[in-house]
Amino acid sequence: MEKINIVQSVNLALRQEMRKDKNVIILGEDVGVNGGVFRATDGLIKEFGANRVIDTPLSELGIIGAAVGMAVNGLKPVAEIQFSGFLYAGFDQIFSHAARIRSRSRGRFTCPLVIRSPAGGGIKALELHCEHGEAIFAHIPGLKVVIPSTPYDTKGLLASAIRDPDPVIFLEPTRIYRAIKEEVPEEDYTVPLGKARIAQEGTDVTLITWGALVKYSLDAVKTIQDTISVEVIDLRTIYPFDVTAILESVKKTGRAVIVHEAPKTGGFAAEIIATINEKALEHLEAPVVRVTGYDTCLPFARTEKEFIPDEQRIVAGIKKVLSY
Amino acid sequence: MVKKIIREFSVSYQQVMDEHGNVDSALMPKLSKQQIKQMYKTMVLVRAFDNKAFSLQRQGRIGTYLQVKGQEAAQVGSALALEDKDWVFPMYRSSGALIARKQPIPAVLLYWGGDERGLKSPLEVNNFPIAIPVGTQSLHAVGAAWASKIKGEKTVSLVYLGDGATSKEDCLSSMNFAGVFQTPTIFLVENNQYAISVPRNAQTRAETIAQRSLAFGFEGIQVDGNDIFGVYKATKDAIEKARKGLGPTLIECFTYRLADHSTSDDAKRYRAEQEVAEWLKKDPLERLEKYMRAQGILDDAYKEKALAGAKEKVEKGVEEYENTPPPDPADMFRYMFKEMPPSLKEQYESFLESRKK
Ligand SMILES: Cc1ncc(C[n+]2csc(CCOP(=O)(O)OP(=O)(O)O)c2C)c(N)n1
Repeated sequence: MEKINIVQSVNLALRQEMRKDKNVIILGEDVGVNGGVFRATDGLIKEFGANRVIDTPLSELGIIGAAVGMAVNGLKPVAEIQFSGFLYAGFDQIFSHAARIRSRSRGRFTCPLVIRSPAGGGIKALELHCEHGEAIFAHIPGLKVVIPSTPYDTKGLLASAIRDPDPVIFLEPTRIYRAIKEEVPEEDYTVPLGKARIAQEGTDVTLITWGALVKYSLDAVKTIQDTISVEVIDLRTIYPFDVTAILESVKKTGRAVIVHEAPKTGGFAAEIIATINEKALEHLEAPVVRVTGYDTCLPFARTEKEFIPDEQRIVAGIKKVLSY
Repeated sequence: MVKKIIREFSVSYQQVMDEHGNVDSALMPKLSKQQIKQMYKTMVLVRAFDNKAFSLQRQGRIGTYLQVKGQEAAQVGSALALEDKDWVFPMYRSSGALIARKQPIPAVLLYWGGDERGLKSPLEVNNFPIAIPVGTQSLHAVGAAWASKIKGEKTVSLVYLGDGATSKEDCLSSMNFAGVFQTPTIFLVENNQYAISVPRNAQTRAETIAQRSLAFGFEGIQVDGNDIFGVYKATKDAIEKARKGLGPTLIECFTYRLADHSTSDDAKRYRAEQEVAEWLKKDPLERLEKYMRAQGILDDAYKEKALAGAKEKVEKGVEEYENTPPPDPADMFRYMFKEMPPSLKEQYESFLESRKK
């Protein structure tokens, strides 16, 4: 089996879903002839034509709003937003319509739409190309939010997202787009939405994270593996998140650290902590520790690494929760 | 019952100087030899800067960069028509306009080197920070011009936009506001024929960008964007009109992006090299040079001196950029609010603490 990276896995998932279901279409800026600025849609226009792989005018609001209409009328659009900072240009359509159509029409209309966008920093890109907005979207009732961290999961999760009957925000970890290669089966398989993955088993402390920071957390944990046994949970779906997996692990370890790149205040760690407190407080031996970005603008390329949790901060967080 | 034509519209095209450097004297704006030399020297400087920035990116000395190449006349011609106190709302490709607008070269490089300090413009010019989200700055230009109008000031605002940006809602809304409130705003669209890979005719079915203003009730004009005199004249006329309280103007500069979209792009994937070769023949800098040579304003010696002068300025700018002390990462906390809220202060202090170790 050929080993492929995350971008190639996105491409493979799109190709296979489009072959399977003629209602699946792609739209976005530069997704056709150019194959997407990250080449995630490379070659698809050749196989499926310009009616199904659509280069749009420059308008995220247009892309997302039109995709909502397409979805309501039977297509399964996969909209690509070139960089995460430009999702907000389409926010009104996501917030006011995509997320609400099922409820407002009492089930008469639905919106099986996937919005893909690269997310996350650490790639020395321009401002507004690297922000991590999962908590913003998770806060909107009616949306699912997914972030894969491996090529295998990428294909399976994207297939699930496309087949899902409701709108899904699919954030792709730009920093590890090409950093990991693994075998991804050609055969049809899905990875269910809402299920976390135990990326590494452990007994002393539970580390919960997602996206690119799964890789960097695993690297960090390796540096202390002789003395501390860390269970690493890759959340994979932010909403609806896998409460069972988290509680099971926390009940076992009694301690948890949550690592994410987005700013601390209102970040998704807060929601996870509240849930642990509600359902497993008596199992905790220490307050849950957060290792996150700060409540600041993500600094430009030269200093972004000071913002994003790194090995040192992750290890410090683990030690803190253990030394309580 | 009746069916009749109630309005007809037309769009004009203006070229003052043709590809060979011949000028239509009836259209030629009033410019002293000094001013023409200034235009030339600025364009030469912008070209030298642009080439240098590209190679700095290739050497890893700055990050992603978006080249001006081919669009110097549109940027320099419009920027030089403004006063310092007028407002400019640049986009990522506006390095040429910014340099013409006194933005120091080291600052421009700092920005592309991934350093926020590069966005701080000198106090004597009203250069807004570059907009990265396409088209968003257009509304700010309208708001700033509107404020000038409300305050009774004579300053105008000019916003730099690409052809792709004119598809954005914020851009269209800005034109509507400008029309309704007759704000002293100039929409300077550099139609360089592409928005990354999307060609101009796939961006809008409208045959010109200029005509988009008509739907909002104000004038639009298409000019040869590689003709610096044409761009300068159209901008001057629009500024004069705006200062008189007669509202906004859209200027479509018909030009071409000679480089890739950005240093991460490969334009060969979506456009023919033959097309680029055709446009190379229309190089705005060479055109001005031909004119100046014919007029006896420029000779080989003058040209060499101008090139050498530009090179020196750029090299000095690069040196200053590279000798700038690194940014203090703790600055990320310091510019969020006038006063740090307690929770942010706590993060700030623990950040400082962790850096001591
Ligand atoms: C809102 C938004 N969407 C997408 C992008 C990514 N992007 C950067 S430049 C560009 C094309 C812009 O084309 P145009 O407005 O014609 O200006 P040009 O770059 O050609 O000068 C795109 C899609 C962005 N910066 N902002």
